[in-house]
Amino acid sequence: MSLAQSLSTAQRRSSSGALVAWLGVAPFFVFAALFLVFPSALLIVGAFQDGTGAFTLVNFAELFTPSIRAAYLISLEVSAASAVLGAIFGLLVAYAAVGGGLPIWLRSAVATFSGVASNFAGVPLAFAFLATLGRAGLVTALLRNELDVDIYRAGFNLLSFWGLTLTYLYFQIPLMVLIITPAVEGLRREWREAAESLGAGAFDYWRRVAFPVLWPSLVGATLLLFANAFGAVATAYALTGSSLNIVTILLYAQIRGDVLHNENLGYAIALGMIALTALSNIGYIWLRARADRWVK
Amino acid sequence: MNRSTWRAWTVIAFAAVYFILPLIATFEFSLRLLRGQYSFEAYRIVLGDAKFQASFLYSTVLAVLTIVIGAALVVPTAYWLQLRLRKLRPVAEFITLLPLVIPAIVLVFGYLHLYNSSSFLPLTASERGADALLTFGYVTLALPYMYRAVDTGLRAIDVRSLTEAAESLGAGPTTILLRVILPNIRVAVLSGAFLTFAIVIGEFTFASLLDRPAFGPYLQLIGANRAYEPAALAIIAFLVTWACMGLINVVGRRGAARRTT
Amino acid sequence: MAFLELESLRKSFGATTVVHDFSLSIERGEFITFLGPSGCGKTTILRMIAGFESPTAGTVRFGGDDVTQRPASQRRVGMVFQSYALFPNMTVARNIAFGLRIAKRPEPEIKTRVEEMLELIKLPQLADRYPYQLSGGQQQRVALARALAPRPQALLLDEPLSALDAKIRVSLRDEIRALQRRLGITSVFVTHDQEEALSISDRIVVMNEGKAEQVGAPAEIYNNPKTRFVASFIGTLNILPAKIVDAGRGLLSVNGQNVATSRKLNGAKAGEARTVALRPEALSLDLGDGANTLKGTLEDVSFLGAIVRMKLRVGETLLSLDEFNQPSLKLPERGAEVAVACSPDEVIVLE
Repeated sequence: MSLAQSLSTAQRRSSSGALVAWLGVAPFFVFAALFLVFPSALLIVGAFQDGTGAFTLVNFAELFTPSIRAAYLISLEVSAASAVLGAIFGLLVAYAAVGGGLPIWLRSAVATFSGVASNFAGVPLAFAFLATLGRAGLVTALLRNELDVDIYRAGFNLLSFWGLTLTYLYFQIPLMVLIITPAVEGLRREWREAAESLGAGAFDYWRRVAFPVLWPSLVGATLLLFANAFGAVATAYALTGSSLNIVTILLYAQIRGDVLHNENLGYAIALGMIALTALSNIGYIWLRARADRWVK
Repeated sequence: MNRSTWRAWTVIAFAAVYFILPLIATFEFSLRLLRGQYSFEAYRIVLGDAKFQASFLYSTVLAVLTIVIGAALVVPTAYWLQLRLRKLRPVAEFITLLPLVIPAIVLVFGYLHLYNSSSFLPLTASERGADALLTFGYVTLALPYMYRAVDTGLRAIDVRSLTEAAESLGAGPTTILLRVILPNIRVAVLSGAFLTFAIVIGEFTFASLLDRPAFGPYLQLIGANRAYEPAALAIIAFLVTWACMGLINVVGRRGAARRTT
Repeated sequence: MAFLELESLRKSFGATTVVHDFSLSIERGEFITFLGPSGCGKTTILRMIAGFESPTAGTVRFGGDDVTQRPASQRRVGMVFQSYALFPNMTVARNIAFGLRIAKRPEPEIKTRVEEMLELIKLPQLADRYPYQLSGGQQQRVALARALAPRPQALLLDEPLSALDAKIRVSLRDEIRALQRRLGITSVFVTHDQEEALSISDRIVVMNEGKAEQVGAPAEIYNNPKTRFVASFIGTLNILPAKIVDAGRGLLSVNGQNVATSRKLNGAKAGEARTVALRPEALSLDLGDGANTLKGTLEDVSFLGAIVRMKLRVGETLLSLDEFNQPSLKLPERGAEVAVACSPDEVIVLE
């Protein structure tokens, strides 16, 4: 075969190979279009329309009516509370498991359990907490009978803001452990030793080296936890039902046809949610890119 | 044992209490159906309930479908993106991030408006159609995890060399995918599969709003109406999730051992 | 009095003993290298000096001061790691200043000292860069400056060159040595690379399986290896089984041929077995006078650029023999019977 012939064969092979590749990835992108992009686009467009299809910003104005605004506010608060607390406790657990000088089996046990618990949500979780801290719960009864402490008389209620937050922590903390463990493992032992050889104690090391290095990952993970809590439905529905009116419950009710009788407002609520979770995720990605750069 | 190890154990101990106590309480509660004695009566009722069996079966079937469709979509895509269409990779990765950004409830809201009886693809009009829509929804939910698992698996093997070796021996693209690539990423696909199973079994939002008889809505129903059975269900649900994760670990460790021999 | 004294150091991890009864006295300003294969315990001893591992038994003394129980942060030793370990969130200048900041020195003093150190490592223009923007060699120099800035009483280097490219390795090790001479700081260097150890050390400690096999100056270790391990670890070595013929005259029999050595064969009786070691460069095709000759079959000839390496079979052993490449060199053919010469001084007899 001459050079020209073999070159053109190679070209033909590569272009037919490319064609096959495009055909191979097409189903994926078609699927994504049908079941991710189009529904989202519909919502985004619909949020800017009124009942007749004309362009309007009225829906966004209505987002600020007291009931809807209150729902957003509570959602934000529960998500923020469970995110921040989840981040703090998750970091403590992750650091203890990775660097605390603990046996290796414990580290993989923590990792496995975190994988399980981060998926344990919805009715089972709600019920587990009801069985523990509900009015007839095991711990409630134990505290009352053994220590004479009635937490419900003292004002605690599982079916409340803090009760929901406490329940959310059950999957938030493991999620944090899963996300932050690579970053904690990335804290190289030599940094600690170098700092020590230069005279630094534990506090100085954390203050000057470990925290600054971990900071982007920590904030990023907190944002991810926030987005995760914000989108949760089943647990809240099972635990507090409609007594604690968070956005997801609101949207859930609206979809069921109950409340708002205004489809476009529903779109706006959904869009508001997407905006908030999108911002959180963008923040997470940006911060993770920054963190990766340092630990290159 | 030095001071920092002591501190670590304290943290782990507190965490263990927080995480294990609810499980113990639930289990204890689930045993109390028969007044005055501990028994597994609640479990017997639950496992014998026709609706439990039906909804668990329904969700299992849908989970398997989701895994098959998900793998069929993701494996060829990840493969070709890595082999030839590298520039499209960020697009695909962005797409797989979308289900994490767009909450499930928002997605199903979009589905209901896009695929209702008056749209180009009236999936909600019939029961089978709604089943299909639910499955597609599950595939979407599982997409980030499936894609990440398969992508990681593909990165660990030398895709280019394997493909070229197979091509030089006369294999076509389908053969390569099914008989060369897939067996080598089996561990990754299985990990994604078990994770998908765990997600689908417990899923509530989609199934409830699409009005399908899945396990999630069944859990909610029992939880609203019964006292002791939900506790038994919670324990069962936890054990199923634990089994899935355990299988991922077992499969992962066996795959790793194979690769090093 | 020696400056750094290690006495009967022992380190065990559970049932495994990694360092056995190690003792050494290091003079002030000395550059001493621990050389050995992976797992020989050299890094463990270094870490015990630094304070990152506590010895199971034994003491570490700096200038008479027993620091064995003291934590690393109070020992005032500078440490340089194989992976550089620069703090990624700080610039070069802040990295170097770290030790001084911890010691709460006044800012003007810190500023001057950092500039001084940057001049010393010849990288003043990189003061505001971050570690991820530097090459490996640059990072290691900054690590060196950081360790030296707080004026430590000793400098410990844990395989600092192993992660670098070959060329940088050579230039940086010379720089490290020049710096150390200029500052006069007592230094302990750990490496598995014998060429590195030979080129920059005042003394080398050759270690194997937690014990010191030989301690001495580079030339001493190279020319007079005491044990088979040392001989084979340092440079290439030909090892031949031999029998004593006449201890008084230094005669041994190698494969039936007599070989004379100028080394002492104290108290050896005729017929006893010994091991003879010969460096490849000690053997020559040029048969001069008064030299030993060994006959064998030439099995292989390899051209290595500046050197021609030949393999000669003498009985059971395959000898390596190096000659400088010269156009006038007439090489024998494969399979030929060849005689090579070596002077009695070069015949090493091992214990």
